[in-house]
Amino acid sequence: MNLQLMLPLLVAAGTALAVLVVDLITQPRWRWPLGAGLLGAVATAMTAAFTQPRQIGTFCAGLAAPGSDAIMPVDCALVFDSRARLVSVLVAALTVGALLLYVPALRRGDAPAGETVFLFACAMTGGVALAAAGDLITLIVALETLTIPLYALVALHRRRAGEAAAAAVTFFANSVAATAVTLLGAALLYLASGTVQLRGLVSAPLFATGQWRPVALTGLALILVGLGFKVAAAPLHAWAPATYEGAPVPVAAFLSTASKLGGVVAILIVVDGVLATGAAGDDRSMFITAGITLAVLAALSMLIGTLVALRQRRTVRLLAWSSIAQAGFILAPLGGLTGLALAGQADGLLDAALAYTVFFLVLELAAFSAVVALRPDAPDGGTLADLRGLGRTAPWRAAALTFALVGLAGLPPMLAGLFAKITVIQALLRVDSYRLAVLVALVSVIGLAVYWRPVAALYRAADGAAEAARVPWAPAAALGLATAAGLLLTIDPQLLYAAVTAWR
Amino acid sequence: MTTSEFLLVGVLLAPLLGAVAALLLRGRAGTITATVAAALSLLLAAPMFMARGVVESSGRGAALWHEVDWTWVPALELRLNLGVDGISYPLVVLTALLTLLCCGYLMWQRPERANQLAALLLVIEVGILGTFLAFNLVLFFLAFEVVLLPMAAVIAGWGGPARRAAALKFALYTLAGSVLLLIGVVAVVVQTGTADIARLTAEPGLLSHDAQLWIFGLFAIAFAVKSPLWPLHTWLPDAHTEAPTVGSVILAGVLLKMGTYGLIRVGVGVTPEGAAAFAPALGVLAVAAILIGSLVCLSQVEVKRLIAYSSVGHMGFVLLGIATLNEIGLQAALIGNIAHGLLTGLLFFLAGAIKDRAHTGLLADLGGLRERQPWLAGVLGFAALGSLGLPGLAGFWGEAFAVVASVQRGGTLWTVLAVLAAIGGALTAAYLLRLLRRVSHGPQAATLAGAPEARVPELVAWSPLVALALLLGVMPMLVLGMSADAVAALTAAVTP
Repeated sequence: MNLQLMLPLLVAAGTALAVLVVDLITQPRWRWPLGAGLLGAVATAMTAAFTQPRQIGTFCAGLAAPGSDAIMPVDCALVFDSRARLVSVLVAALTVGALLLYVPALRRGDAPAGETVFLFACAMTGGVALAAAGDLITLIVALETLTIPLYALVALHRRRAGEAAAAAVTFFANSVAATAVTLLGAALLYLASGTVQLRGLVSAPLFATGQWRPVALTGLALILVGLGFKVAAAPLHAWAPATYEGAPVPVAAFLSTASKLGGVVAILIVVDGVLATGAAGDDRSMFITAGITLAVLAALSMLIGTLVALRQRRTVRLLAWSSIAQAGFILAPLGGLTGLALAGQADGLLDAALAYTVFFLVLELAAFSAVVALRPDAPDGGTLADLRGLGRTAPWRAAALTFALVGLAGLPPMLAGLFAKITVIQALLRVDSYRLAVLVALVSVIGLAVYWRPVAALYRAADGAAEAARVPWAPAAALGLATAAGLLLTIDPQLLYAAVTAWR
Repeated sequence: MTTSEFLLVGVLLAPLLGAVAALLLRGRAGTITATVAAALSLLLAAPMFMARGVVESSGRGAALWHEVDWTWVPALELRLNLGVDGISYPLVVLTALLTLLCCGYLMWQRPERANQLAALLLVIEVGILGTFLAFNLVLFFLAFEVVLLPMAAVIAGWGGPARRAAALKFALYTLAGSVLLLIGVVAVVVQTGTADIARLTAEPGLLSHDAQLWIFGLFAIAFAVKSPLWPLHTWLPDAHTEAPTVGSVILAGVLLKMGTYGLIRVGVGVTPEGAAAFAPALGVLAVAAILIGSLVCLSQVEVKRLIAYSSVGHMGFVLLGIATLNEIGLQAALIGNIAHGLLTGLLFFLAGAIKDRAHTGLLADLGGLRERQPWLAGVLGFAALGSLGLPGLAGFWGEAFAVVASVQRGGTLWTVLAVLAAIGGALTAAYLLRLLRRVSHGPQAATLAGAPEARVPELVAWSPLVALALLLGVMPMLVLGMSADAVAALTAAVTP
C-alpha cells in the first residue's frame, strides 16, 4: 500500500467525514459545513496538484519486494498517473464550483446544508478514486460512489419537492439499468479473460487462445455503452433532460460537468486497457469494437442532442440537450479508433477526447453559473423568455453567459470552444476518419442555431424593464472563476495541451 | 521590438483595445474612443509599404514586406505569424479606412448604443485585418471566424425590421462555409505537418495531387459562400438589406473580400493544382453570377437590395479574374476588390443617407433627388457611374481586365465566358442607370420633400472614397504596382 499515492483520495474522503462532524456540532448554522466542504475540496485539489504522478500503483496483485513500490501499474487497483492528477484537480474544482452555486439556496434553507455538502464531498471522493482506477472493480465502485450521492442531491430541495423527486427517480432507474449493463459487460470480460485488470488481458492465458474473444468483445461493447450513460450519450441519454430540469440548477451543473467527466474518464481507462491489449497481441479486433461502439454513440449523441435542443424552450433543458450533443463531440475522437492500423497511434485520440472534455467543462460550468447568477432567487432555470432584457439590466452576467454559449458553439471570440473543435477534427483527420470529422463540422453549424436562441433572448428588449436581481457573492465568484478559466484557455490553450499529454 | 512587430501587432491591437475601451466607456466617449482606435489602426497600416522587402521571396512564395512569427499553440500548429505583401496591403488599408469612416459616421449619426456598435465594428476590423495579415493557416481560419458573430450582432442589434432572421441566416450560411474551411485547413496541417502559408505556397509539392483537389474543393466552397458566388449567395441580399448603414458598408466593402482574398492566398497559394483543376467550374459559376446578379438587379424595387445584388455581379467579375489563374486575371481581381470596396461602400453610405431622409428605400417612392439635393444626387451619380465600370474610375479596371484575362486564357470555353461577362458588364450599366433614373431624375417624390441636403459630416465621410475611386481610376498602378511581383510569383506555377 502506498499512502502517498492515495493522499488526494484520503483528503477527499476526510472532507466528507469532516463535513458530517462539523454539521453535527454547529447545527443549524449552514455556513460551517459549507466552509468545511469548500476548504476540503480546495485541499483535495491542492493535494492532487502537488502529488507527484508516477506510473506506479498501489493495492497491486503482483508481489513487490518489501519496502519498494516498483511494481508495474499493470496489476494495480489504483494508479496515480498525471491524467489521474489532472482529473482529480478538475473534480475537486468542479465541486467547489457547484458548492458556490448552491450557496444562495443553502442560505434560504431550501436544502439542508450538512447533508448537501456531505453528499457533494462523497461524490467528489468517487471522482478522485475513479481518476486513478486501475481495474474494473475499482472503476465501477468509484463510478457508483460518484453517482449514488447525486440521486439524493437531485431530490433534496424543499421548494420543488415534487419535480425533484420525479427527476431523482428517473435518474435512479436509468442509472441502475446502465450500471447493470456495465456490470454484465465487466462480467463477460472477466469470464473471457479470467482477470479484472484491463491491462492484464494481454497476459491472460484464456484470452490468448482466441476462442473466448467473441465473449470479450461483447463484454467490451456492453461496458462502453453502460458508461455512455454517465456521459449522457445517446441512446442512454433520455434521463438527462428530465433530471437536469427537475434538479436544483447547481446539481444539474454538477451532473453535466463532474459526473460527465467521471464517465469520460471511465471510458478512457477502459479504452487504454483495450489498446494495451491490441498493442501487445497485435490484434485489432478489440479496438475496432471499441471504436465502432464509441463512433455510434458519438454520432447519435451529436445528432440527437443538437436537433432536439433546437426545439427547447426552457433554459436548463436546452443546456441538457446541448450537453448530450457535447458528449457526442467528446466521444467523437475515440470513434477514430476504427481507423487505426496500430494501437500506438491512439495517443492523439485519447488526448483529444480529454482536452475537449476540459474545454467543455470550463464552458459548461460558466454557462450554468451564469444561469444561476442571472436568476439567483429562482429555484429553477426558467424559460428562454425569462432571459429577455437581461443584456441591458445585467450586462456583465449576460456577457458571461453569451461568452460561455458562444464557446460551447465553438466560435470566436471565446476561442476556447473553437480550439476544442479544432482539437477533435485534427485528431480525427490524423487517423483518416473523414466521415466523423465532417459530421462534427456539420453538426457544429446546427449547434450555432441552438445557442443563438438564448443569446438572442438575452439581448432582446424586455416587455417590462424590471431590474435584474442582485447577484450574491458566491455564484458571482463561481461565474468569475469559470469565465477566467475560459479566458485563460482562450489566450493560452497550450497549458491544457501540455497537461493532457503529460500523462504518458 | 522591431518596426515590423510594432506595425503588424499594433494594427491588430489598436482596434482590439479600442473595442474593449469603447464598451467600458459609456455613451459618446465610447464612440470617440473607438474612432481614435480606428484612426490609430489606419495610421499603423498606412506606413507598412515603407521599409519593405524584409523577408526574401522563395519560389512561388512572395517577398513579405514585414513579418512577425511568434509561438502561440504548438499543439495545433497555431503560430502568431503575420505578414504583409503587395496582395494584402491595399486590402489592409481599405479595411482600416472604411472602419474609420464608419466609426466617424457613427459619431455624427449617434444611433442608440453607438458605443457598442462601434466596438463591434472594431472587433470585425480585427478579424478582417487578421485574415488579410495571417500567414499561418490556422490563424487565418481563426481570424476568418472572428468576424462571424460580431457581424451577426451588428445586423441583429441595429438592423431593419426582419433583422433577426437575416442575421441568423448570415451566421449559419457563413459558418457552414467556414467549417468546411476548417476541415480543409486541418487536413493541410495534418498531411504536411506545417501551417506556414508562405512555406506551403513555396513548396506546393508538400501536398499530393489528389489531396490538393479535394482540399481546394473545400476551400472553394468556403470562400464562395463568403464572396459570395452564385448559387451560394442567398444570404447576402437579406443581410445587406437589413443591416444598418455602417454594417452594409463594412459587409460589402471589406468582408466579402475575405472570400476572394482567401481564394487567392490560400486556394491558389496552397493548393495550386486543385485551383487549376477547378478553374473552369469556377469561371462558369462566376459568369453565371455576373449575368444572374445583373438580371436580378434589373427587377429590384428596393435601393439597398439592388446594391446588394449588384455585389453578386461585381464579385462575379473578381472571381472570374481569379478563375483565369493568369497574371492579368489575378491583378484584375485584386483591383476589382479594392474598387468594389470603395464604390459599393460609397453606394451603401448613400443608400443609407437616402433612406434616413425618405424613410423608405422603395424605388417607386423615390425620385427627383437632384431637384433639391444636388450634392447627394451628384455623389450618387458618381458612385453609380464608377460602379458600372466607366473608364477613368476605379471600377473599370477590374471588370475590363477580368474579361481580357479570360480572352487571354484562350480556348472556346474561356472566350465564351469572356463574351458573356462583357454582356453582363453592359447589364450592369443598365441597372445602375435605372437606379439613377428612378432616384435622381423625374419629378420630386413626396417622400423627399423637405429632406435635407447632404451634410458636411456626411460629405467628409464620403470624400476619401470619392477621391480614391478617382485616383485609382486614373492611376491603377498604385495598386497593381504593389502586387505585381507577388502575383507573378503566385501564378508562375499554375498558369497552364
